[in-house]
Amino acid sequence: MTQTADKLIIGGREFTSRLMVGTGKYASFEQTARALEMSGAEIITVAVRRVNLDRSKESLLDYIDLKKYTLLPNTAGCYTADDAVRTCRLAREAGMSDFVKLEVLGDEKTLFPDNEELLKAAKILVAEGFTVLPYCSDDVIVCKKLEDIGCAAVMPLGAPIGSGLGIRNPYNIRIILENVSVPVIVDAGVGSASDAAIAMELGCAGVLMNTAIAGAQDPIAMAEAMKLAVIAGRLSFKAGRIPRKLYANASSPLDGLIV
Amino acid sequence: MQIVLNGDKVETSDGSTVEKLLLQLGISRDRVAVELNADIVPKSDYEKQLLSDGDKIEIVHFVGGG
Repeated sequence: MTQTADKLIIGGREFTSRLMVGTGKYASFEQTARALEMSGAEIITVAVRRVNLDRSKESLLDYIDLKKYTLLPNTAGCYTADDAVRTCRLAREAGMSDFVKLEVLGDEKTLFPDNEELLKAAKILVAEGFTVLPYCSDDVIVCKKLEDIGCAAVMPLGAPIGSGLGIRNPYNIRIILENVSVPVIVDAGVGSASDAAIAMELGCAGVLMNTAIAGAQDPIAMAEAMKLAVIAGRLSFKAGRIPRKLYANASSPLDGLIV
Repeated sequence: MQIVLNGDKVETSDGSTVEKLLLQLGISRDRVAVELNADIVPKSDYEKQLLSDGDKIEIVHFVGGG
């Protein structure tokens, strides 16, 4: 299997990279741009905020080649379906694209999704023609409901946003993978490259992360590590791992031993 | 007249439009979205959309985020 043959398709669009990255928390716009480049990501998330009326401030998009990336505006900071829908409409007007990462948060401390509001917002946005990628709990029932509504993917969390705790419940992710047909993308919780590889080895279609790269001591190096981990994890999943056994099984032949 | 721009009271001239406001602020129309009293103003309407005293305007753009 080659990487070129193994495309990720979301909302009718083809992507080669299965790593999606956020653009927040970097030390500078230069660093953001370099990390994005090293990550190989084709889909990058952005937030929608009021413009700073002090024009001396530069903008993130001055540093990003919009021909190379698909922008995925998020609804971070929204705690109601109404606010999330309003943010998505603004994002579409600003970016001229239907792709949105829908998140409706329930609580500032955990940043866990409010599933009730999330489902409500997803219904409205799908009806308005958005390509909706929802950040959700690692709960198969919610994921199935999001799929039924018409979301283009489901994005269960691996662990709380920014926590770096990794994939806390791989069994839940497996259950989701077995029961939905849209792409399953782990969003949030990844801390290191091995976490990203684990998500991909489970069979996820992709991984979305921000803090794990932006918060690393060397974000540029970590961006490359994540790129390689996602590729390695995907290849490992496709190759099919050996069954786990309790006892040893020699790799060298027993025939021809001199003793 | 006075409008509320991104939460702050701002003076602007009578007969101002969304297009004129963006020009006055030095903001490129390509990468922003504008809301007038909670309704989105399509880019094609920027020139003709007149502003009135007390209007609430939001101008947003993309920033770094996860």
